Amino acid sequence: MGAGHGGGLSAAYVAGDSPVHRLEPHTKLVAVLAFALVVVATPVGAGWAPMAYAGFLVLLLTVAAVARVRPGRLLRGLVVEVPFVFFAVLLPFVSRGPRTDVLGLSLSESGLAAGGSILAKATLSVLAATLLAATTDARALLRGLERLRLPTVLVQILSFMIRYTDVVGGELRRMRVARESRGFRGRHLGALKVLGPAAGSLFIRSYERGERVHLAMLSRGYTGRLPTGPVAVVGGRAWATALSLPLAAVAVLAAGSLLG
Amino acid sequence: MHVPDGFLDATTSTGTAVVAAAGVALALRGARRELDERTAPMAGLTAAFVFAVQMMNFPVAFGTSGHLMGGALTAILVGPWTAVLCLTVVLMVQALVFADGGLTALGTNVTLIGLVAIAVGYGVFRALRAVLPATRTGLLTSAGVGAFLSVPAAALVFVLLFGLGGVADVALGSVGIAMVGVHLLIGLGEAVITVAVLGAVLTVRPDLVRGARHLQRARTLAPRPDLAGATAVDAR
Repeated sequence: MGAGHGGGLSAAYVAGDSPVHRLEPHTKLVAVLAFALVVVATPVGAGWAPMAYAGFLVLLLTVAAVARVRPGRLLRGLVVEVPFVFFAVLLPFVSRGPRTDVLGLSLSESGLAAGGSILAKATLSVLAATLLAATTDARALLRGLERLRLPTVLVQILSFMIRYTDVVGGELRRMRVARESRGFRGRHLGALKVLGPAAGSLFIRSYERGERVHLAMLSRGYTGRLPTGPVAVVGGRAWATALSLPLAAVAVLAAGSLLG
Repeated sequence: MHVPDGFLDATTSTGTAVVAAAGVALALRGARRELDERTAPMAGLTAAFVFAVQMMNFPVAFGTSGHLMGGALTAILVGPWTAVLCLTVVLMVQALVFADGGLTALGTNVTLIGLVAIAVGYGVFRALRAVLPATRTGLLTSAGVGAFLSVPAAALVFVLLFGLGGVADVALGSVGIAMVGVHLLIGLGEAVITVAVLGAVLTVRPDLVRGARHLQRARTLAPRPDLAGATAVDAR
């Protein structure tokens, strides 16, 4: 569910000037993706898995401390995983295999391990992605994706979406204020007679705006590609700094499997 | 519902990522046919619309409210290929900026919400549109059924993926029945909202609904004899 997206795109970014903020966006993208892969690769059934999860958490909190991202921002990032907490809590009840008694409830052992691992892995990667979004603004993310060779058209679509999301969202908000100041309360199915046309006119306005934007671009000489600025050279040091997070995670994983 | 990291194993995630990449590559070519060089601004603005409308809460029934996933609606409004691009971009922003849906699960989410939901939703819509009478009611009915079926279809594919590469040992049948059951209800909400929004656009700007092109009658310009005299006077 798309809960917790309020506040628009700019709300995710926490302005700052830490070493994490200064890293080139594409190195951060690669680092977070690699970290998530390491987290997902942690074996579910292993006895040392909880220790590894704790190790990963320590790594992330260290990065958060360096980036000066407050714990409150990280906690707010976690709201998106709420629907999956329910699923993870259900797993011990519905899974098969040998059962064990916890507080008088008969739970599946494998289900407990799987539910716990799902919860831990989802939480860790949500935290990592929250850190990425908190230290990299949307435009920088876009530059990063472009340097990682995402197809140009897709990057352009993304850039238009990011540029106009706040405009379209603002229109939606003004429509809601107008509705509610006229006494509208959307509590039952009949409200669709009002909300359907509202969403419909939002589409019409967005589409027409797209046409106007396209014409404006044509009149400024648009030929199908957008000009990009000079590309910063990224040295080995910067890559090493960025990749220290996933490499440390790999070290945790290796230590766990050797010692465990 | 976006799949987070850690739900499916690495092999399945990689597999769905390859499927998603292939689907998006096809969609990039298809969207050029739908929108030619207008692709970037039009798809971008439509994606912003999908993103905004997903934040809108619609009351559905019994005090519950839901929001649109929008695959079927977008496909009928702007065409299936552009819709795949819009939904892909929305999912990318949600994963990167809001951490909603895992980064390693991005391929899975694009496959489910982008490819499967749109393929089923739009496929059913086209099939029914061919059978039902070419009227507003026929169009809205096909759109509603398409939107309704797109949601449980995506849920069903998720259950299959979970069976292939899920991390828990669950009885697939019971999970499947539960997931599809819940998503049939969610699909009802999706259908109701899709029909309401589509009906509104059809009333105001029917020319913007790509899936309703066949309802448009070509307008022929003809001289109106009763006005011919007046125009002649004006022209002087």
